Amino acid sequence: MSESDIVLSVSGLRKVFGTQVAVDDMNFELPAGKSLAIVGESGSGKTTVARMIVGLEKPTAGTIIACGRDRSKPSRKGAERKLRGREVQIVFQDPYSSLDPRQTGADLVDEVLRVHHGGSSADRAKRVADLAALVGLDQRQMNAMPKALSGGQRQRVAIARALATDPRVLILDESVAALDVSIQAQVLNVLADIRDQQGISYVLISHDLAVVRQLTDEALVMQRGVVVERGVTSELLDNPQHPYTKLLRASVPGPGWTPQRARERAAAV
Amino acid sequence: MSDLLTVTDLTVRLKMDSGMREVITGTSLSIAAGEAMGLVGESGSGKSMTAKAIARLLPDGAETLGSVVFDGVDVLALSGDELREHRAQVAVVFQDPRAHINPVRRIDDFMTESLRTLRNVPKGDARARAATALEEVGIDDPAKRLRQYPHELSGGMLQRVMIATALLSEPRLLLADECTTALDVTTQAEVMAILDDLRRDRGLSMLFITHDLELAGAVCDRTTVMYAGQVVETRAASLLHSDPLHPYSAALVDARPSIASTADRLRAIPGRPLSAFESPSGCRFAPRCSFAQDACREHDQVITELDGGFVRCERAIELRGKVREGAHV
Repeated sequence: MSESDIVLSVSGLRKVFGTQVAVDDMNFELPAGKSLAIVGESGSGKTTVARMIVGLEKPTAGTIIACGRDRSKPSRKGAERKLRGREVQIVFQDPYSSLDPRQTGADLVDEVLRVHHGGSSADRAKRVADLAALVGLDQRQMNAMPKALSGGQRQRVAIARALATDPRVLILDESVAALDVSIQAQVLNVLADIRDQQGISYVLISHDLAVVRQLTDEALVMQRGVVVERGVTSELLDNPQHPYTKLLRASVPGPGWTPQRARERAAAV
Repeated sequence: MSDLLTVTDLTVRLKMDSGMREVITGTSLSIAAGEAMGLVGESGSGKSMTAKAIARLLPDGAETLGSVVFDGVDVLALSGDELREHRAQVAVVFQDPRAHINPVRRIDDFMTESLRTLRNVPKGDARARAATALEEVGIDDPAKRLRQYPHELSGGMLQRVMIATALLSEPRLLLADECTTALDVTTQAEVMAILDDLRRDRGLSMLFITHDLELAGAVCDRTTVMYAGQVVETRAASLLHSDPLHPYSAALVDARPSIASTADRLRAIPGRPLSAFESPSGCRFAPRCSFAQDACREHDQVITELDGGFVRCERAIELRGKVREGAHV
């Protein structure tokens, strides 16, 4: 694979909070149009990685290169910040707190278009309509305030807003975790369609191994800030090697599953 | 096995800004002594409200019709000391432990309060019982934990404290409302194992409310599925996955991605889950159902017995074995 196919490259990434090492020596490359999962439990450092990639946290060490440009250090220029924002976007877990309650979905998306792309209001309106169609929202829903929308509809607004900059990389930080089962399936299908149509890459931060399997090509398993296993998602889940990955896999309920106390499980693994 | 809890034709209306809104319509379910019943459904299906009605924890101004009988006692008529005793017999563990514990009091005070005030147990004894209960749920060094404040404990640890506290009053029925949803999977497995042990050792009955069908299937004897305030199916937990009777149960099973295989496309259910008060007349699932016919929309569906389970769909016999796979395209 040639270098230009890599849209996001992370090497030696490290983040220390006080005396706690949140992320230690993380490395990965994400090719265009592919999806990578970062899997782990609370405190494993997976969200810190996402926050460093979008620039909400400053790495202690290491480099993050997106679309050929280093974004390891905060930018000093407004234009550079805007460019970074355009290339990598994020959708958070909770669509109830990540949308402005006083703006309609159409206004939210329009604002992003105005800041990043300009254009006439007619052009922007057309683009808003295109994005709404892409995420499966109708005009009435786009013109409603967030409080009038369900969780799944709000999360679609958040996805439409993130896509408005034409990002190359979309970070999905537990973006489907809070959704009802029937809605989660709709949003996962929408995300798969968008990837196929736009050639966008995803970094999916998730604790839900079934969602990870459905949406990603490769996966990293993090435990206490360190990547303990990596590989092709299906192989990693079918045949986990590291004890922690095995433990995660064995903890997922399914047919014939019986919950075991930790000491019994440790003995079994 | 005689039933410990019987809910019959329960309808609940809540007071909202716009007047009374129905959240549960004609719900019936029963739980035998020592049985674990799963209660699954999406947002607004009424599963939490059913638990709240059983524990008599509905918000002020709520209107209830039908009956809830626990161990021969009419729960909806209780008041005063009898109601307090009922709440000791029926313990509730909620999803978010931090929202249900006083952050400025020690674990000790929280755990022993009801024993000291309701049962007049001396403080030393109450503390000793709390320590034993903590050990039972797998917490090491309980004496230290009792001296700590809620913020010093992790979410999984705190949820175990909630379960231990719920058990102190020696309840016979545990209402677990999404009690493992906020926990990591490995912690969830641990908490489920603890609940399983308690059920076996004490003959505790359980109403296990969750949105996770796989989890309900793995730990419960029977599962009840609710949609828009109504029970649509009650069935042996293992059969709900392999041979569901109601199109909604089948659609829920199919919509969930699998950890064992990657689907080309998930079989999503169109539309969104509705609450009882916004549902259409006739079958409430009809607008989202791929098997719906005009007749389904014309009259309300009644619940009928089928193959050891109960289902609310007049086409259930005709659709038997066809509700899964290939239905949603």
